[in-house]
Amino acid sequence: MLTSADLGALLLTFKVASIATLVMLLFGTPLAWWLARTRSSWKGIINAVVALPLVLPPTVLGFYLLVLMGPTGAIGKFTAWLGLGTLPFTFPGLVVASVLYSLPFVVQPLHASFAAIGEQPLEAAATLRSGPLDTFFSVVVPLAKPGFLTASILGFAHTVGEFGVVLMVGGNIPDKTRVVSVQIYNHVEALEYTEAHWLSGWLLLFSFSVLLVLYTVLKTHPVAHPLK
Amino acid sequence: MLSRRFFRFLIAVWLIFLAPSTWAETTLVAVASDFTKPMTEIAIEFQKATSHEAKLSFGSSGKAFAQIQSGAPFEVYLSASEKYPLELEKSGFAVTDSHFVYAVGKLVLWSATPGYVDDQGEILKTGNFKHIALADPSHAPYGVVAEEVMKSLNVLDKLRPLFVMGENISQTFQFVSTHNAELGFIAFAQVIDINSGKIGSGSGWHIPDNLHGPFNQTAVLLKTGAENPAALALVDFLKSPTALAIIEKYGFGLPK
Repeated sequence: MLTSADLGALLLTFKVASIATLVMLLFGTPLAWWLARTRSSWKGIINAVVALPLVLPPTVLGFYLLVLMGPTGAIGKFTAWLGLGTLPFTFPGLVVASVLYSLPFVVQPLHASFAAIGEQPLEAAATLRSGPLDTFFSVVVPLAKPGFLTASILGFAHTVGEFGVVLMVGGNIPDKTRVVSVQIYNHVEALEYTEAHWLSGWLLLFSFSVLLVLYTVLKTHPVAHPLK
Repeated sequence: MLSRRFFRFLIAVWLIFLAPSTWAETTLVAVASDFTKPMTEIAIEFQKATSHEAKLSFGSSGKAFAQIQSGAPFEVYLSASEKYPLELEKSGFAVTDSHFVYAVGKLVLWSATPGYVDDQGEILKTGNFKHIALADPSHAPYGVVAEEVMKSLNVLDKLRPLFVMGENISQTFQFVSTHNAELGFIAFAQVIDINSGKIGSGSGWHIPDNLHGPFNQTAVLLKTGAENPAALALVDFLKSPTALAIIEKYGFGLPK
């Protein structure tokens, strides 16, 4: 069945995925909102940059993160200057790498659902003397709920399933950076196919439960239009 | 009648051009990734000498092993360890007793920083580093040997918390070459300067053979290639002086 190393890897994976998803929503929401509303000429460039992690093979992305976040890289020098040390082979390093890797999966659905809201509800809210923040939280967020749901689910699932980036940036340290995908891969490479099957089974079951809960709890009821 | 003679002549020319393509065969080879450079050169020499072509597919030995067991069309398998070829002979995917040592792996303790690793490996006992990189000993042959070395030196338990493990030896090298790990156990072949035959950059310690068990990189003829002249010729060619010279040039030991 499951060894303690397997269990540790499962727990670590869900910890990384949950924190990374929260961070992505935190940064992805203003970014997607800006992308949906702006007329700036930067829009195209930023859009393209956000989508770039989809193009690079994960191990390649991981390699460049390793270079950038290492002691001789720009980010590494910056984090060292802040007194944080360097990020590779640490839990925060895993989260940062996962966020960069999965961000397009959060930003794109949010962007689409923000864009779909259109001008009218926002103008209506403005005529009712609602400030920008109030408008965002009482009008935009409820209307974009399906977008938030899709974004969270895609971001979470994509982080759970990632392999190449975490393998590169994490360094495969038991209980610290060895996530479940790496652990399964290790079992396969060591020809421990039975252990690999068990762990994969549990991963699928657990992921299925989490996604099921997300889909049912956050079920996308047709939102009552806040301005009607 | 001239036209007829000319026609015969054309057929003769055509047959001459056809000849090499009927006699020269192609064989598909799975190669352990640490052997990429020497094998690429060996394949070129192999084609010059025999006119057969060896198509090379590089990857981790464990992956190739799993692929072969699932019916991958490889005909010769150059593994980084002894374990997989023996297993394939047992399970009937390889020709019985066809395995042979083609090279001996050489391990170095290496740092990208010049002057960091001393030539006795004392740093393992005294060093004040945060990370030491090695290939994952659960499946990577270089990792297994690295662990044996640390055990021989009685530093394994002390160093284990500092391990960062590469999925294969290339990744391990990347951990060290990007300075994320201060030092690590890698293949001599990865840092050799083939002009001088010495470690080309940073600093390193050549680990003596007596600190670890045998590190025999073993090849095997697979059943799929048993009837292919190119596969058989390649197996022979790997033992030829030409091949051995290339193997040595790239930082591997020769089979004893």
